[in-house]
Amino acid sequence: MPHVTGEQIVFYLLGGGAVLSAASMLLPPLGRNPIHSAISLIVSLFFLAGLYALLSAHMLSVLQIIVYAGAVMVLFTFVIMLLNLGPDELQDTRITPGRVAAGILALFIFGKLTTAIQLTTAGAQGVDLSDPSYAKFGTVPEVGRMMYTTFLVPFELISVLLLVAAVGAVVLAKRSLKYVDQVQQTPAAKEFPPADEDGDAHDAHAHGGGH
Amino acid sequence: MTTIPLGHILLLAAVLFGIGLAGVVTRRNVLVMLMSVEVMLNAVNLTLVGFARYNGWTEGHVLAFFIIAVAAAEAAVGLAMVLAIFRLKQTTYVDELRLLKR
Repeated sequence: MPHVTGEQIVFYLLGGGAVLSAASMLLPPLGRNPIHSAISLIVSLFFLAGLYALLSAHMLSVLQIIVYAGAVMVLFTFVIMLLNLGPDELQDTRITPGRVAAGILALFIFGKLTTAIQLTTAGAQGVDLSDPSYAKFGTVPEVGRMMYTTFLVPFELISVLLLVAAVGAVVLAKRSLKYVDQVQQTPAAKEFPPADEDGDAHDAHAHGGGH
Repeated sequence: MTTIPLGHILLLAAVLFGIGLAGVVTRRNVLVMLMSVEVMLNAVNLTLVGFARYNGWTEGHVLAFFIIAVAAAEAAVGLAMVLAIFRLKQTTYVDELRLLKR
């Protein structure tokens, strides 16, 4: 190691934190309980926001915290709590051949990515951000200007996508859909009576799924 | 010029992507699978930000912003589907969702 700068130390700390918290999302001590998984993921997203800030992506760093940690993960934790998923709900720690094969596949793809990175990044030199022409790199005005000029059409399309997603989510999560009622008439679905108003499965079993 | 090697940024992104991929293919709880997809999307974002930093292109940040927006839409629709399925089958395990198999 020739010379370690402060920037590198911060990078490795943040990167290690992001990887550790992402791994603890899946591995037993925390990964057993979905709500602990979600909290690990929030921590990982905060570490990534720090990494974005370190890489001079100021706008993205703030968006990461507001949109991901603030909105998406709140949605996740709300759904986990709404479904009342406890640790007893998670009994999938046994190792099956399918799982081993899947893990090997994930490792294989990771190995391929590593090789590609080593081949393509040898001797890469970053631009000098202290140069005046990069003075506004990654700042809110610069990213915002680009969003409303170069990327205006995709930006507007994204708003349409979000509208469609919001309407779709409301329709999907609505109670008493026609086709859901039809499927519930089948014998298969009768052993699982519909949930109570608050979606609590155990209560529904206790008093017959009545409303 | 930055002192962080580009290879290390991409390697970190690859590690995160691998964790997310392993989560999607090994875990059977659909909520944890959705969270793993979020990790994978974040790994891609980190790649975009790393390349943007190395080339001085702000365009990469705009693309990463689009990915964040799409991920938010995906999470909203995905979680609504999880709610609808849970209402029907009282489970969040993909192994137990086999209505089409009967």
